[in-house]
Parts: sequence; C-alpha cells; structure tokens
Amino acid sequence: MNWFPVWHRNYLVWKKLALPSILGNLADPLLYMLGLGYGLGQFLGDIKGVPYLNFLAAGTLAYSVMNAATFETLYSSFSRMHVQKTWDAILNTPLSLTDVLVGEWLWAASKSLLSGLAILAVIWGLGLYTDFALTLWLLPVILLTGLCFAGLGLMVNSVAPNYDFFMYYFTLVITPMVLLSGVFYPPDALPAWLAGFAAVLPLTHAIELARPLALGSAPPLPLLHGAVLLAYGLGGFAIGLVLTRRRLLR
Amino acid sequence: MTSPLTITGLSKRYGGVAVVDGVDLAIAPGQCHGLLGPNGAGKTTTLRLALGLIEADAGEIRLLGHKMPEGGRAARARVGVVPQVDSLDPDFTVRENLFAYGRYFGLDRAEVEARVPGLLDFAGLAGKADARVPSLSGGMKRRLTLARALINDPDLVVLDEPTTGLDPQARHLVWQGLRRLTARGKTLLLTTHFMDEAERLCDRISIIDKGRIIVEGSPRELIRSHIEPQVVEVYGEALADWRVCAQDLCKRCETAGETLFCYTDNPDPVIAELDKQPELRYLHRPANLEDVFLKLTGRDLRD
Repeated sequence: MNWFPVWHRNYLVWKKLALPSILGNLADPLLYMLGLGYGLGQFLGDIKGVPYLNFLAAGTLAYSVMNAATFETLYSSFSRMHVQKTWDAILNTPLSLTDVLVGEWLWAASKSLLSGLAILAVIWGLGLYTDFALTLWLLPVILLTGLCFAGLGLMVNSVAPNYDFFMYYFTLVITPMVLLSGVFYPPDALPAWLAGFAAVLPLTHAIELARPLALGSAPPLPLLHGAVLLAYGLGGFAIGLVLTRRRLLR
Repeated sequence: MTSPLTITGLSKRYGGVAVVDGVDLAIAPGQCHGLLGPNGAGKTTTLRLALGLIEADAGEIRLLGHKMPEGGRAARARVGVVPQVDSLDPDFTVRENLFAYGRYFGLDRAEVEARVPGLLDFAGLAGKADARVPSLSGGMKRRLTLARALINDPDLVVLDEPTTGLDPQARHLVWQGLRRLTARGKTLLLTTHFMDEAERLCDRISIIDKGRIIVEGSPRELIRSHIEPQVVEVYGEALADWRVCAQDLCKRCETAGETLFCYTDNPDPVIAELDKQPELRYLHRPANLEDVFLKLTGRDLRD
C-alpha cells in the first residue's frame, strides 16, 4: 500500500475540480452517443436486432473509459512528472518509483472507472440495456479497460519529450482504434485484412465484453478478452516503469 | 555519535565520462557541511547517489547507518531534502503541501497536524497557511520547501543550492533558518556556488571539481592554507601598462577580464603605488573563500 499516498494526492487535487472534470469527461462521449444514436440511428434501422443507440451504448462506454485513462496518464501524469516535478519530490521521500507509478496507474484507472460509471448511469437512465443484472458485469469490464489504457498511457508518457508528442499517440493509435474496434459498427463489417488488424487492438476486446453485456447476453470467451486487456495493461505498465526509471533515475 | 553520511571511493560514469570520480566524504554530526564546485563538478550527482536515487558504478555509501542504495527507503525516512528545482504542488495550499508530503513518509494525520504550526512559524509563513503556492514569492516558496523537508523531523537535511535565484533579503531569511537547524542539532549537507553563503554557514567545506574532491577543511583553514591573506583588485583603462609593475609588488597576480587581482601578505606597497595612479581604481579586501575557489578550480567558464 505504499502507492496509496500517491493516489491520495491525485485524488485531493482532483476533488478541488471534481464537478467540471466529471462534466468534461461526460460531455464528449455523450454527445457522440446521443448525436449519432438518435441522428444517424434514424437512417440505419436496427443493427444486430437493436436500435442503433442501444448498439452504440456499449461502444461509447468502452471508448469513454479508454479516453479518460489515456488523458490522465498522458497529459496529467506528464505534468506531474515533467512540469511540476511532483514525482521528483516524492522520490526524495521513502517512496520508490514503483510506488509512484502504481499510484498513478491505479489513480488513472479510478478516474476512468468514474467516467465509465457516468456513462453506465446514462445507459441505465435511458434504458439502453436488456438485462439489468448482466449490466453489473460491466463494472469489472470498465475497471479492466481502465487499467489497460492507463498502463499503455504510462508507457507513452515515459518516452514523451513534450505535450505535442501525445498527438502522435492519438492520431496513430487512439483514433484508428476508435474507428476500427467496433465502437460505431460491428467489426465484422470490415474487410478481412482490416478485421484481422482490429482483432489485436485492446479496445476491440473491451467492446467484445461490453456489448453483449449491455444487449443482454453473456459474452463468448470472456476470459480471453479479459486476459488480453490485462496483458496490454500490465505490459504497458511494466515497459513504462522500466523506461521511466531510465528517464528519471539515471 | 557516528557520521550521518560516509562515502568512500564513489564513482559514477555517464557515457564514458566520470561525473563522480573517486569521492570520499564523511560528514560530522551536528555540523553544516558544504559541497562546493563549479557547474558540472558532480555535486548534484553525488547527492542523488547519497540518497540512493541512482546506483553508483563503484564505491560505498552509508546514510544514517544504512547501506545505499539498498537501504534507501529506511534512510530517506530520516532525511529531509530541499531540491534545486521547485517541486511544490501548485494545486495545493501551503498547509496542504505539508500534509501531502507528510503522507509520503507514512506519518499519520495527528502527527503532521502537531508539526505544521511550528514549521509554518519556522518558515515565516504562519499567515500564509491557506495561500495557494502560485501566489507565493520565490523566497516564500523556498522557505516552504525547507519547511516541507522538515516534516519528518529529519536527522540530516540535504540542500541543493537552497538560495539560488533569491534576493538578498530572502537569502538572509533562509540562512537564518539553516542556522537555527544546526543550533537544534541537525546535520546539514549543502551544495552552493555562493562562496559567501558557504563561508557564513558551513563548519566544513569540500571543494569538488571534475568529480573529485580537491580540498577539504573549515572555511578559515582553507583561506589560511591556500591563499595570501590580502587582495587588491585593480580596474581601469591603464591596467595593461601597470601590470608589470604589480608583479614586483605582490606575491601573485591574476587577470580576469578587465580586473587585476593582486594577492599579497602586505598590501601597503601596492596601495602606495596605486595612489600615484589616479586613472586606476582599486579595492582592498581580505582574502575570502571565493579567492580559494577560483585559485583551485580556475577562472574558466563551466557550462
């Protein structure tokens, strides 16, 4: 539990700006979901047997969790590491770099959990689900997705020279993932070669878990998808830890 | 009492360059020990090695009885650090900064609560407890960083250039604080490149250059054993013509830019001669630590 003071520090800072932060995190995915769901949904009819808005809900959930974890570990962690030198200050205390990064990792996952919960509340509120009990399984999915993208984000953060660098990650990794992983349409609509590429993307696996749960069935191969998310998260975190150590403690 | 920090044969290389190259250092308890050196001499690297933040290529470090870097966690629990670069939390108030830092040491809330008023008093920030960090002046931020370093009531306080960038008023306040710490029995390890600061504060000084400690002693000892006691600095356009004359009148002369430094045991003949040269201006003063430092490390720019 050495990481807890690091998590707690981030929590206290976040608490000062909690309301705008929650609203900011919620606005973007909600606009996409409702705008596309109601607007585009008019022209589409049912997809996989449900209205487009219902189809979109699980994708939006996964995508907003990914975004929250990514933004936190890129821009906010970078500020603490590079600009405010918060990590340097902590390293002069008994805490180690592993404590700092575990604290950051779990903090980003906590923040993305909150984002996911906000979308889930909208899904519940608008009745965009089929079986309420099954939607409770979305909670561990949200947590795993958050850990996955927070781990990857810390890896990107560890090699970033400045804020501009993050644009590459967004344009080369996050945006293609949003477009290919099945947020907006079923991934089997893609040509085979592209579907093969999409199948290795972590967001695809998050949506493979989240969509059936929202639409009222148990996801096929839940352990496989969960393991892929965990592997991406742990792998990203481990590489991030090694590279951050090389960056700060040499 | 044993030494809070002993370093033997310490070396650290970066890309083939020895930044720390065989440093031996032992700090006496309750003293203020200064580590002086030009930019790039290895001061900060030595401190980071001593704190167990980076691994040495060779040598041994014992910090408060713990072998470093293995014992880093336990040793750092008893050390306070004032880093060179401001690392206060800008989102927190003065008080919140102290609380957050206390948690990194695993101190419980009541313990920190009991210490904070004393620390705010010590730092002259009692009226600023609820001010946010960006609204503080540079001097206040430094004092808060010093107070933050004391949150765990450390045995050893490590200060990396604690007064760089401060105005004279703020420097004097920081010095006052540091003297009060040694009066309370704390050991201080301080890096600086202000020689007057070192001369005022330090009981003992090690001058480090190119990764090696070149001399060690009290400020007085160093001045007595390394330099002539009197200095006459001469400035003016006619300096070039007069330089030859000066060499006969004093023990040692050095030119730096437009200034001639005459080092001597007896300044009277130099001054008598200078009084006959109205176009030359001069300043006569006792030798100080800066003269020692420049003699030993040279006058070339180091960056």
